[in-house]
Amino acid sequence: MSEIKKVATRESYGKALVELGKEHEDVVVLDADLAAATKTSTFRKAFPERHFDCGIAECNMIAAAAGMSTMGLVPFASSFAMFAAGRAFEQVRNSIGYPQLNVKIGATHGGISVGEDGASHQCCEDFALMRSIPGMVVLCPSDDVEARAAVKAAYYHQGPVYLRFGRLAIPVFHDEETFKFEIGKGEQLTEGSDIAIIATGLMVDEARKAAEALKAEGIAARVINICTIKPLDEEIILKAAKECGKVITCEEHSIIGGLGEAVAALLAEKHPTIMRRIGVNDEFGHSGPAWDLLKQFGLSAENIANVAREMLK
Amino acid sequence: MTNQEKKALAVMACKVRMGVIESTHGAKAGHPGGSLSAADMFTYLYNKEMRIDPANPKAEGRDRFVLSKGHTAPGLYSTLANRGFFPVEDLPTLRHIDSYLQGHPNMVTVPGVDMSTGSLGQGVSVAAGMAKAAKFQQRDVNVYTLLGDGEIAEGEVWEAFLFAAHYKLDNFCAIIDLNGLQIDGRTCDVMNTAPVSDKMAAFGFNVIEIDGHSFDDMEAAFAAFKACEGKPTAILMKTTKGKGVSYMTNSVDWHGKAPNDAEYEVAMGELRAQLAELEAANE
Repeated sequence: MSEIKKVATRESYGKALVELGKEHEDVVVLDADLAAATKTSTFRKAFPERHFDCGIAECNMIAAAAGMSTMGLVPFASSFAMFAAGRAFEQVRNSIGYPQLNVKIGATHGGISVGEDGASHQCCEDFALMRSIPGMVVLCPSDDVEARAAVKAAYYHQGPVYLRFGRLAIPVFHDEETFKFEIGKGEQLTEGSDIAIIATGLMVDEARKAAEALKAEGIAARVINICTIKPLDEEIILKAAKECGKVITCEEHSIIGGLGEAVAALLAEKHPTIMRRIGVNDEFGHSGPAWDLLKQFGLSAENIANVAREMLK
Repeated sequence: MTNQEKKALAVMACKVRMGVIESTHGAKAGHPGGSLSAADMFTYLYNKEMRIDPANPKAEGRDRFVLSKGHTAPGLYSTLANRGFFPVEDLPTLRHIDSYLQGHPNMVTVPGVDMSTGSLGQGVSVAAGMAKAAKFQQRDVNVYTLLGDGEIAEGEVWEAFLFAAHYKLDNFCAIIDLNGLQIDGRTCDVMNTAPVSDKMAAFGFNVIEIDGHSFDDMEAAFAAFKACEGKPTAILMKTTKGKGVSYMTNSVDWHGKAPNDAEYEVAMGELRAQLAELEAANE
């Protein structure tokens, strides 16, 4: 078996920005002294005149991006999720969301897979914050192929978009040749109607692995990849709930306010279904190697499979 | 500037003040104090300084204005209405349910408003972003923003000032209304921001101090702004909060309170008298 290719979605972000930059002169990139980490440095190398470092001042960066968009540019403003969505939340809400401006927020280092930096940098609240802003599109791609497609789709979408990328290199499972991305559309990855596993970001590959393990035991799990956390693909989720009867959500985010709650709210109103949310259980992360942390916090294929077995008992 | 032009501006500024009273009275809420302190500056910007066209409020090459101290929307709205962006008769619908005149500036609903503001400290960053974009696009666009002296306690303001100086945004003009008062009292007591001039100079700005009720001072200041290359300009204007209405003058109580019917009559009476005097002098 050949080695599975692994790429961090922040790398994908940097590459996709360069591709967009080649095609569109209105693409500009702002960063807050983290270009090397967010990978906007890739864009800076290709288009130095279109990359604006704002220094360690995320609030100003977000609002300045809003101003640039009113001049007809399409700014991608980048920082770690903690600072782009967290520190600058109110700038995103009032200076981008409220006036419906065409700004894209490229937030890297989402979730606990930031690893060794610890809880101060492990943002598990960004979905909750960004989902709460009217009109904000929230994307969390699951691998390199989807991440690059999502960046391009964000450019073509008129209005604010929040994109969450990860620090950790993760398996690439989508086939670039056949993959089609559309904002607001979920993706069914496996057939099955014993249980539905709805995942986002790096948890999608874990869900696939869990489904494989369950398959060996005769359990057919339907894995659904939800890159667009908002607006949610209600159709694919309701169909899965109706046909599977049991639902698990998986996300590298607090169980409060993220994908799990979005799915729970939908199902509670339209098709009450037994469900479990896998995510960070209302606690802070801590330092450690990313894969060890993910395992420790239950964000693993093993835990997903265990929860599924428990629900099917 | 001829005496005739100056008098026309004074007449317009008086009408802008009347619109502030009309709108806040109609709203039974709003911020007259800081709207009145900046009324002369609003008037000068929209009737003399900025390249704008009320018939084409979204014209690409226009100069931009961002009201960073967004709570003084009554002043901006009245200026825009009197300049022909929308009917003056609509001003009393300020803050009414379903009115396009939202409590704080809304670029989506109000013709002539270049940015939605209200949360202090953000407008100045947006304006700096506009100025940087204009530079990048090599467009001849000047960006003006008006801040309050209480507002500059917001840390983001200084982030924006760093940005403007770092990128040598000489098309960026930050006007700071030094009326000395904010909601909780005198600015020097609430959170002293003085000396603003030294701070702005240290941040790399071309600093100009003026009387915020003198059109001559404004003319000279904006000429100096446009002559300055390689650095942003800060115009620090000393003003009187509530200017134009006797009982609002220098009164912290009138920061965010609307005149009742009796107070409205007094204010309008005073402003009508001022207008009559100005118009008589015009002849």
